[in-house]
Amino acid sequence: MKPVYIAGAGMTRFGRSEWPLIELASVASLAALHHANLGEIPVDGVVVANMGAARVNKQTALGSALVDQLALYPATAEAVENGPASGASAFKVGVQAIASGMADVVLVTGVERMRVVNGLEGTDFVASLSHPEAEYVYGVTLPSLAGMFARLVMNRFGVERKHLAMVAIKNHENATRNPYAHIQQTVTMEGILTAPEAVVNNPPIAEPLHLYDCCPVSDGAASVVLVSEEVAAKLAGPKVRVAGIGQATDTHAVHEREDPTDLKAVRLASEKAFAAAGLKPKDVDVAELHDAFTILEIAESEAAGFFPRGEGHLALERGETKLDGKLPINPSGGLKAKGHPVGATGVAQLVELTWQLRGEAEERQVKDAVVGYACNFGGFGNNVVATVLRREAE
Amino acid sequence: MAHISDLEASLRPPAMEMPPYPPKAITLASGEVMVVRQVEREEIPTLLEAIYPLLWVERDFYDIVAARLFGELLAYKRYRVKDEYVLAGLIDGVLAGMVNGRLVDAKTGMSYHTLTIRRGLRVGSHLFAAKMEYHIEHCKQEEVLIVAESPIGFRRWMIEYPLEKRFEVQHELGGVPSWVLPRETYYNAKPRLVSGRRPVSEELIGRAERIVLPGEETVVRQVAGEKEGEV
Repeated sequence: MKPVYIAGAGMTRFGRSEWPLIELASVASLAALHHANLGEIPVDGVVVANMGAARVNKQTALGSALVDQLALYPATAEAVENGPASGASAFKVGVQAIASGMADVVLVTGVERMRVVNGLEGTDFVASLSHPEAEYVYGVTLPSLAGMFARLVMNRFGVERKHLAMVAIKNHENATRNPYAHIQQTVTMEGILTAPEAVVNNPPIAEPLHLYDCCPVSDGAASVVLVSEEVAAKLAGPKVRVAGIGQATDTHAVHEREDPTDLKAVRLASEKAFAAAGLKPKDVDVAELHDAFTILEIAESEAAGFFPRGEGHLALERGETKLDGKLPINPSGGLKAKGHPVGATGVAQLVELTWQLRGEAEERQVKDAVVGYACNFGGFGNNVVATVLRREAE
Repeated sequence: MAHISDLEASLRPPAMEMPPYPPKAITLASGEVMVVRQVEREEIPTLLEAIYPLLWVERDFYDIVAARLFGELLAYKRYRVKDEYVLAGLIDGVLAGMVNGRLVDAKTGMSYHTLTIRRGLRVGSHLFAAKMEYHIEHCKQEEVLIVAESPIGFRRWMIEYPLEKRFEVQHELGGVPSWVLPRETYYNAKPRLVSGRRPVSEELIGRAERIVLPGEETVVRQVAGEKEGEV
């Protein structure tokens, strides 16, 4: 396979947007194209990641719409829907196009505008990724799956609510340094857990998960420009290479798994990504994990190989995952505080890593970051894409 | 009370004796402490100043809430509404939100508005709860009539408490069919929705004595969820 590089990255601020879907995608795309500074080099293909536009925005064929909006004809156009892993899946499609020699420049944009519907409808739309007969029909939602998962993990490994709160506190703090984050508000252990008022401040959503254990519902878009080695050689700036991508699946219904606390797809996808990159988890300087719920950051940090099983919460306690820790996790604020526009999330993780590896993450910059890792968690762990990026020596 | 003319007296609605609302302190998710206290008539112009820029913010129905609240507060200040009260939430003296309502009679209260300036910390939930606390626990009323002008309010009051329908009663806010919070429902909801500590320390009371406004741009930015420089 030919080498693939990320030449540019951009995104919109996540939150509640009044912009139409394709304008949202366009703003992120233009930011990434501007960042890449391609000059006269044409864009060969566009891949758009999205989960719910057909349902909540009544719009389909987003790849074609974005090509038209940006006047990138006759570029090829695709849209990828793969649940919450749509972003990294679309990224993978773009990488494949360049690695196979079919294209030299591919724009990958993830976009979601889900705040146009109310919370109940939004929750229902996301729940449609669950198993239709074994889960959805019984009223299962993503928070309820995460709640059951959290209960099992807590009982088995000694994780406590204070650990979940520590994830929230860390990621909210990081998000205050990220101008693109949806929530720019620090929270404290007292305010969300120990004070009597925490009962009101942080009400239960799906026990043992409370409000501050759950990501917000966000609108937003994120975009990267992928280029071939030949094109990368013509461009200025640090070179961030796509070192490895791994993808793995697991049973659709969570109850069919031998051990529901084992995030097997995260483990397998990560192993593949590290093998492709010729790197180990210990080589990673900065990671973006899919913390749609606080428990997932802890569990994914173990499944990805950063910490032994059942010890992610202990590393958190030791401060290892803070911005100035041994392995900063979610310097962007993660889904928890940066926000989670579902189809955009996987791309936004790679935008953050690109900025980190190029030394452009400003107030949240991880010192001397060379290798970055992202986990885009689809379904409830039934379709996971792991990506390893590496900055090449100049 | 200063002497008023007979004509002025005839224009004013008769007033009931209203108990004071003892201030309380609430620790928010951010760790900041919000003092909730009653607002006196002479402080109303300060609140009006805070509300004014929101008259043109359509997001989440802030415009209609601001417009109606402006009128209600003005009526309170100038004695043109019967038995109204106003509570404010202050963080280090800075206005975070306000609520108001009135007593229809000794038994029934009527909730008017809840306006949050500092969003994202459940300030509105805390203030609405304080309002219900005032009606039920301090004014000893049996029930409070409530409507919501925004979907957010509907979720917070009608669903979370939950309220009961009293659709045969038109609420003063536009004649919308009323919902009601009976005393029993209030006490059932109290453990999960009503919080705060009393007495409030002298230091906190002192800091909440004077209402500080966050500034027009900050008010609009916080309400619209924008970042600095985006408004």
